[in-house]
Amino acid sequence: MNLPVSEVKAAPSATARTTFAALWRPALVQAFVKLDPRQLKRAPVMLVVELTAIFTTLLCLLPSDVPTGVSVQIAVWLWFTVLFANFAEALAEGRGKARADSLKAGSQGLNARRRMASGEFEVVPASDLRKGDVVRVDAGEMIPGDGEVIEGIAAVNEAAITGESAPVIRESGGDRSAVTGNTRLVSDWLLVQITSNPGESTLDRMIALVEGAKRQKTPNEVALDILLIGLTLIFLVVVVTLQPFAHFAGGSIPMVFLVALLVTLIPTTIGGLLSAIGIAGMDRLVRLNVIARSGRAVEAAGDVHVLLLDKTGTITFGNRRCSAVHAAPGITARELGEGALLASLADDTAEGKSIVDYLRQLHDFTPPDAAHLVPVAFSAETRLSGVDFGAQRYRKGAVDSVLAFVGMQRLDLPAALAREVDRIAQSGGTPLLVCVDKRLLGVIHLKDVVKPGIRERFAELRKLGIRTVMVTGDNPLTAAAIAAEAGVDDVLAEATPEKKLARIRQEQNDGRLVAMCGDGANDAPALAQADVGMAMNDGTQAAREAANMVDLDSDPTKLLDVVQVGKELLVTRGALTTFSIANDVAKYFAILPALFAAIYPQLGVLNLMQLASPQSAIVSAIVFNALIIVVLIPLALRGVRVQAASAAHLLRRNLLIYGLGGLLVPFVGIKLIDLALNALHLV
Amino acid sequence: MHSYDYALLLAFFALVLLPAPWLGRFYYKVMEGQRTWLSPLLGPVERGCYRLAGVDPATEQSWKTYALALLAFNLAGFGLLFAVLLLQGHLPLNPQHLPGQEWSLAFNTAVSFMTNTNWQSYSGEASLSYLSQMLGLTVQNFVSAATGLAVLVALCRGIARRSASTLGNFWVDMTRATLYGLLPLCLLLALLLVWQGVPQTFTDYVHALTLQGADQVIPLGPAASQIAIKQLGTNGGGFFGVNSAHPFENPSAWSNLFEVASIILIPVALVFTFGHYVKDLRQSRAIIACMLALFVIGGATALWSEYQPNPTLNSPLVEQTAPLEGKESRFGTTASVLWSVTTTAASNGSVNNMHDSLNPLSGMVALVNMMVGEVIFGGVGAGLYGMLLNVLIAVFLAGLMIGRTPEYLGKKLQAREVQLLVATLLVMPVGVLVLGALATSLPGPAAAVSNPGPHGFSQLLYAYTSASANNGSAFAGLGANTTFHNLMIGLGMLIGRFGYILPVLALAGSLALKKSAPVGQNSFPTHGPLFVTLLLVTILLIGGLTFLPALALGPVAEYLSLGL
Repeated sequence: MNLPVSEVKAAPSATARTTFAALWRPALVQAFVKLDPRQLKRAPVMLVVELTAIFTTLLCLLPSDVPTGVSVQIAVWLWFTVLFANFAEALAEGRGKARADSLKAGSQGLNARRRMASGEFEVVPASDLRKGDVVRVDAGEMIPGDGEVIEGIAAVNEAAITGESAPVIRESGGDRSAVTGNTRLVSDWLLVQITSNPGESTLDRMIALVEGAKRQKTPNEVALDILLIGLTLIFLVVVVTLQPFAHFAGGSIPMVFLVALLVTLIPTTIGGLLSAIGIAGMDRLVRLNVIARSGRAVEAAGDVHVLLLDKTGTITFGNRRCSAVHAAPGITARELGEGALLASLADDTAEGKSIVDYLRQLHDFTPPDAAHLVPVAFSAETRLSGVDFGAQRYRKGAVDSVLAFVGMQRLDLPAALAREVDRIAQSGGTPLLVCVDKRLLGVIHLKDVVKPGIRERFAELRKLGIRTVMVTGDNPLTAAAIAAEAGVDDVLAEATPEKKLARIRQEQNDGRLVAMCGDGANDAPALAQADVGMAMNDGTQAAREAANMVDLDSDPTKLLDVVQVGKELLVTRGALTTFSIANDVAKYFAILPALFAAIYPQLGVLNLMQLASPQSAIVSAIVFNALIIVVLIPLALRGVRVQAASAAHLLRRNLLIYGLGGLLVPFVGIKLIDLALNALHLV
Repeated sequence: MHSYDYALLLAFFALVLLPAPWLGRFYYKVMEGQRTWLSPLLGPVERGCYRLAGVDPATEQSWKTYALALLAFNLAGFGLLFAVLLLQGHLPLNPQHLPGQEWSLAFNTAVSFMTNTNWQSYSGEASLSYLSQMLGLTVQNFVSAATGLAVLVALCRGIARRSASTLGNFWVDMTRATLYGLLPLCLLLALLLVWQGVPQTFTDYVHALTLQGADQVIPLGPAASQIAIKQLGTNGGGFFGVNSAHPFENPSAWSNLFEVASIILIPVALVFTFGHYVKDLRQSRAIIACMLALFVIGGATALWSEYQPNPTLNSPLVEQTAPLEGKESRFGTTASVLWSVTTTAASNGSVNNMHDSLNPLSGMVALVNMMVGEVIFGGVGAGLYGMLLNVLIAVFLAGLMIGRTPEYLGKKLQAREVQLLVATLLVMPVGVLVLGALATSLPGPAAAVSNPGPHGFSQLLYAYTSASANNGSAFAGLGANTTFHNLMIGLGMLIGRFGYILPVLALAGSLALKKSAPVGQNSFPTHGPLFVTLLLVTILLIGGLTFLPALALGPVAEYLSLGL
């Protein structure tokens, strides 16, 4: 069931290769299926190419000045142009579909036990379930649809969706009440209220995002489509009016050549790859185990100005860890280390373990045999923990508790130690005193540890112009300290759901786009208000419904990856559009002298590439036009990488590569094709 | 080129560029109703106008209302002018007793002046009464320029405002543009021209006996006042048939300098007005830089071309200077080329030499200046709103490459905006290529050209380009006064004018409604050399890709066949 998922997770590069081998055959078949004009309608530029291909094929049958061999070659390459574009789309679809199909397979023939008005249960196909229906699921059964647990507690294996094989607990009420369709109950039973109609479930959404024919175009894609149609219209006008102009000049241009000119001028490169780019972008998201409600949200992620990130779990590990120890005056580091280690050995909490880990790295201790140690557990009364080792009592705890234990007043604390304690508290950390009997050994610095690498990611985001705001329930002092360490730009301390919502609204009123992630039911309003709201899969149903994305791994740092995917999607489209339009210059220099050779031979000067003959010039241009689509398929599927850099830097770099490159590459490409065509005596 | 040629160029750029920042700020204040030094004088007049017309200057209009007001005003202006031209034989101030114009010519002329094109299929002194010139043409000269300015400020407001549903009040904008923006400058220029010898009189044409004993009629009229607005309002319709080549329209070197500088004085200043609207003068400087670069590239090409000797006279026996055919020897090559480039860069269309006689390359510069949509300074208001359309297209094309939805000054460019941009992109191809193709393929209209081959094609191409770009200059040689050409060129002018204005107003309305994202480090940089280059390339690419085949059959083929 979860095979494809774990494969992807285990060895992405290896699977990428095998998937390609497995995918290209069906994609080839699909390329022909997609020739159906009803399907091609979604890519208007390619529809125009197909119409010209049909027209040219008919022209081949009519007598003309152009040798039939040349006409046939032009017609064939026009068909190839459409097929290549279809192939690109089919390939992009195939990758996502493979995963969707395996998921779909699980839901085939699934039955559910639906509660009737009488309170009894009837068995119905899962596909008949509607929003509001209540079903009972027992151990070993599949949950028939997305829903919310209204009664019971059970372990659920969500591997089919998330790829995580460890079962998770789902129970009614609280923040862990949401279940996903097609996941398996491994223990107990649940009553689930279905929350989505057929076709609206998480799974359905996932499938819809990667299927070209059902995919909704994203706003930028729609805008780009309009521009491409506009350019196509302009070039249509240019080509159609050329014949009267040629007649006025006393000549005539063969129809086949005009068709070739039209197809080379209209933006076929981007027009052919646009759909593949969009599908591949969604597929990248699915690979990240993030499900978007719509492509619109993914695009919006690229536009985000502000990220609202919860401190706990996103920026920090969520539990305090030992980060330093400071000895009291007159105590050596080793003495303190040994004392603190002993005091923590029996402490099973994450904090205690972190102290042991920290000290073991620092010093080379051999702790005494556990048999000699009498653990003293934390009690509400003493608020201390530690061990008795022989006659010696090792204790650690909050400052006041330890002082009480050693019988000291706060003011009696040695000055050096007191300073250290204050410093730790002010930096947002927690000071723990360590003592052996009545002797103070020193202080342990516990703090909320910032995840490694998060600071660098924030720095990258800042370079892209995205501000990060840390949201936390901590007091402003603690919050500021952690914020400074994590390198976030701003802090929302003592945050409540209302404060979060107000902050989002305020940013939006200033014209900024806000992204946030959350899981609790009280996050739902903020998630709904944010332009990009990502809910955790293990969160509440309310949060999942309010958000426009769900992270199946429940990893809040994913938001950063989603932003990256959104940006890559936009950059890839922009880069290929620029490339496509820049290509036209070289194509003009190839075709115009060829078209007008009979009317004004002096225009041969424009034949900069010194192409052998008018026929070979035109065929070369059309071959280049078709092949460039194939060459760019990998780029379209992979996406253009977006490095962390300022807008000006990105623009300069991409203009240089795709603008200037687009201007120059076809000069070389067309010339090479012309040499090859003539060497093979094809024209 | 002599030192005085360089002095002329220097004086021209100084006259145009130095006052621009000041004048641009003045226009901003005027259009936003702020107090200027002219307010004490013109304020009462302005308020009087509103009272008379029943306009509440505080009421703002949505883009649709604004556009409807504009259309209604233009339609009324057209109707009035059409009637005057048809009926001038029965109207006063007609000392030469000139009859009314033929209907298709009257239609063409009325459209031409309403659209700020000023294409003239007639000769002023031979066919128009003083009343037609003053009440008909001069009035339209003013209000067509003011219309352009009004549309521009509506667009500026659309870009600058946030979440706003209104763009200003058309009637107020028109009043302010005319009263403060055009009248004072025109008064100044008219006085300068009268000082230089341009007539301003109601007396009849003068009859003189020449030395050969022939009877010569010397036309006069209220010329100075009309020439002032013709230049400053980027109209270009001459009082006399040969326009500013006529000694009464352009008597001296000084008048030539004033007139040529007046062509782009206001368009240059308006770029700074835009900067004041969006509170970022860096945007203005970037746009000016791009316009100047295009202007200088075209100008240098044209100058180089016009200083080439005539290859057919290439013989050691012939001493050649730059060819002067079609040029006034009073002005010489540099002043003529400067005028040609300026008048086609701005959508003025007045001439002080005959473009038909330009070398193929300089003729092509004139054509290209118009084909890119009159955005190199361009018409009053029209030039900058055309340029801003190009800016938006450049931003949309390249904007995606920074990984964000394209934004200009914080405003997102989405499907609706792109739709409107595409509509404006289609104007020039349809106006020039479709109408041009129609004219070339019908035997009658095609026969109107006076030369065979590429040059004849250039004549036709020029006429339809000039009309669609609302320029109005002519490649003489085309017998344009036929019913077909009068109607088709009229249609071209209408497409070229309203095909821009309506989408621009819709765009302004749509942009005004949007929130504005803060412009920062991650915004698309729309100032600085990189953007200027991008904008330049975008303009040349779009114009080039659309018109290269047509240009190849016209000026390029002609140039290559001359063997220059």
